[in-house]
Amino acid sequence: MPRYISLPLTDETVASLSAGDNVLLNGVMYVARDTAHKRIVEAMEQGTQLPFELEGQTVYYMGPSPARPGQVIGSAGPTTSGRMDSYAPRLMAAGLKGMIGKGMRSAVVKEAIKKYGAVYFAAIGGAGALISKTVKKSEIIAFEELGAEAVLRLEVEDFPAIVINDVHGGDLYQNGKARYRSV
Amino acid sequence: MTRDIRIDHITSTVARLCQEANLLLGQDVVSVLKKAVDTEVSPLAKETLQQILVNADISARESIPLCQDCGTAVVLLRLGQEVRISGGDLYEAVQEGVRQGYTEGYLRKSIVLQPFSKRTNTKDNTPAIIHTDVVPGDSLEIVVMPKGGGSENMSRLVMLSPAQGRQGVIDAVLKAVDEAGSNPCPPIVVGVGIGGNAEKAMMLSKEALLRPLGDPNPDPELAELESELLQRVNSLGIGPQGFGGTTTALAVHVASFPCHIASLPVGINLLCHSARHKEAVL
Repeated sequence: MPRYISLPLTDETVASLSAGDNVLLNGVMYVARDTAHKRIVEAMEQGTQLPFELEGQTVYYMGPSPARPGQVIGSAGPTTSGRMDSYAPRLMAAGLKGMIGKGMRSAVVKEAIKKYGAVYFAAIGGAGALISKTVKKSEIIAFEELGAEAVLRLEVEDFPAIVINDVHGGDLYQNGKARYRSV
Repeated sequence: MTRDIRIDHITSTVARLCQEANLLLGQDVVSVLKKAVDTEVSPLAKETLQQILVNADISARESIPLCQDCGTAVVLLRLGQEVRISGGDLYEAVQEGVRQGYTEGYLRKSIVLQPFSKRTNTKDNTPAIIHTDVVPGDSLEIVVMPKGGGSENMSRLVMLSPAQGRQGVIDAVLKAVDEAGSNPCPPIVVGVGIGGNAEKAMMLSKEALLRPLGDPNPDPELAELESELLQRVNSLGIGPQGFGGTTTALAVHVASFPCHIASLPVGINLLCHSARHKEAVL
């Protein structure tokens, strides 16, 4: 059975999560992908205001399709997380606790997850229609001109995710593959 | 005798196919996914496959794209040599169809200009990548294949030495799939193009993806290679979404072509589990 997890994450929750855990996320998350990450890190370097406070928050690597009239959001599945690897440790150092995306993280990111007490979840890539139904509210909070790459604040209910990299060094992509590998 | 096909008919057909490909999971894919739910060993992987099927139901029922990455629009034209295109430019008609399909269909526009510098979004998902074959006959076949960035980024071209032979091909495919891991959204369809030259091998690998899942390769030698590759890819353990499991690929499709005495090119193109493509004949 999946476990209900409230966002923003606490240190206790982060410590209790293990690679392979099936979870349903509830609360607030922020959407940012390639260009938004670049701008957030630039703002950190220049000491200017960030689009949202990173402390304790969770970032979802995603760029939705346009919402039809009456829809909260369009298709809303994860994008490949690896492209955010060069930025992620900076965000974790500033307090980011959770990341949601799909695909493998670099060794540097996995070390930062342990060092700063964070967690990396995967959402199901290519299940954007299903995931969109868990988004109850969506608003653009920064970089509207980037279109599908704008920063969004989402309120989600029972957003399905799997823990990939936990604070203890667990890695589902490695463990899962090793368990079912027969070559 | 030539047959006239008007460009507005081409535009409206391309627009419709862009939307259908992004909203309706192919029946061939649905049946292979359902079989995989039964054969998959890992409980988490089984549940993931079921969620992929639920996603397809929601997409079709509520017109929410299967995936938010509505892809680069790849359009293949098989143009009968007895067809006369009337009313304007064929390629512009296709681009207009992509423009209309992505805009009116609330599909995500993911194409940027100046790829290594400004990366400005074109805002209508054009230009599409168009490939044209001229064939006998008086009809125009149009295939629209929206290709996601996550899976396309895992493509490989390997120029083997002829001495590496069949085993070299197998090793190259296994390496590409293993290194891609969870990135191309498994369970994937693996397209393999063997022979030709560099660009021909890549094109063969993409065209191979268009064969309906479950249809056997008509060439017995290639059919045997496909079956061995599928078994070995599924022994890698990657599983659906890389969570671990026995369903890493739904199918491996191989196409081959004659090549130079000094060469053995192998193109590898991976397709995510939505395996999006829709066809029409005008």
